Amino acid sequence: MTDFLQASGAYVMCFFLIVLGLYGMILKRNYVKKIIGMTIFQAAIILLFILAAYKEDATVPVLDKVNIGSDPDAYVNPLPHALMLTAIVVGVATVGVGLSLLIRVYKGYGTIDEEDLLKEMES
Amino acid sequence: MLCSVIPHLPVRGDVDAPLHRKTSPAGSPVAGYYYVKNGYEDAHTLNAVTVVLGDYRGFDTLGETIVVFTAGAACLLILGRRRKS
Amino acid sequence: MIEPHPSPIVRLVCRVAARVIQVFALYVIFHGHYSPGGGFQGGALLASSIFLLRWGEGAPHKIWDLPQRVSFAVGAIGTLIFTVTGVFGLFSADNFLNYSALPLPGMSDAMRHYWGILIIEIGVALAVMAILVAIFDQLMNLQADD
Repeated sequence: MTDFLQASGAYVMCFFLIVLGLYGMILKRNYVKKIIGMTIFQAAIILLFILAAYKEDATVPVLDKVNIGSDPDAYVNPLPHALMLTAIVVGVATVGVGLSLLIRVYKGYGTIDEEDLLKEMES
Repeated sequence: MLCSVIPHLPVRGDVDAPLHRKTSPAGSPVAGYYYVKNGYEDAHTLNAVTVVLGDYRGFDTLGETIVVFTAGAACLLILGRRRKS
Repeated sequence: MIEPHPSPIVRLVCRVAARVIQVFALYVIFHGHYSPGGGFQGGALLASSIFLLRWGEGAPHKIWDLPQRVSFAVGAIGTLIFTVTGVFGLFSADNFLNYSALPLPGMSDAMRHYWGILIIEIGVALAVMAILVAIFDQLMNLQADD
């Protein structure tokens, strides 16, 4: 059990966060809570990628000036880090757009609850 | 259902995971190995993440900047002051 | 817009801390070649320093504090710096975003890549900072409208 947690426990945590974010996005009625669920989902994906980049006994991908590029196994994989760096900034921008849409909806209908909003739109 | 795939994923910190090998199982070179190996000769930059971000995958970063810019534009359009008519 | 904070101590600390954060952000951007850092992180730091100025000092007056009419234009300039750097490669019949084609005299290809990366990082930092500030301003404005 301890071996399993050490080897793959981080995956369990990531999947738990993914399921938590999906639950928030699908089942919560308040739109702000849906956006919070979306950010949790994003964080889970980012953690999953960073986890994939990790190597045992490796250091950050800033090369050593003495023996450059001699041993790529000594550095963690730089590719997922670069991808996730862009994903974080895009995530912030999408959350901003989502919140501004929500403010507009609230100004128009006076509610951000999903079912109230649907009733409001039907009437 | 998600948890059923965990035993098939590489364990945490495995150096021999497909992402970290020199060549993929199909025989083609893997990007992460190449970036660390040749990053300094190509761009004289020690930080491998910067090289990948700005040089090897510059087009990706350009698209990302445009996405951020578009998000700002959308925000301005959505929340811009309505003229009183 | 946001009103200035009533306490002078809070205003002073916001002013001083914002400048310190800006200096550190410039360090993060320009030292990104040798240590963790780069355009995205530095841009976010610059944006956070400007948020701090907004909370403390209220509506901006100087152009350095990115008033609302300027911020979006600065974002456009940042994106444009990136694109123009890429187009230089096309002019010399090379690949898009290949920094070997930059018109920097007396340098090896690798050093051209070095400077090309630095230029696009500055563009990215400008774009990220300005757009974050623009979104923040819009959200704050609407709250004050009610």
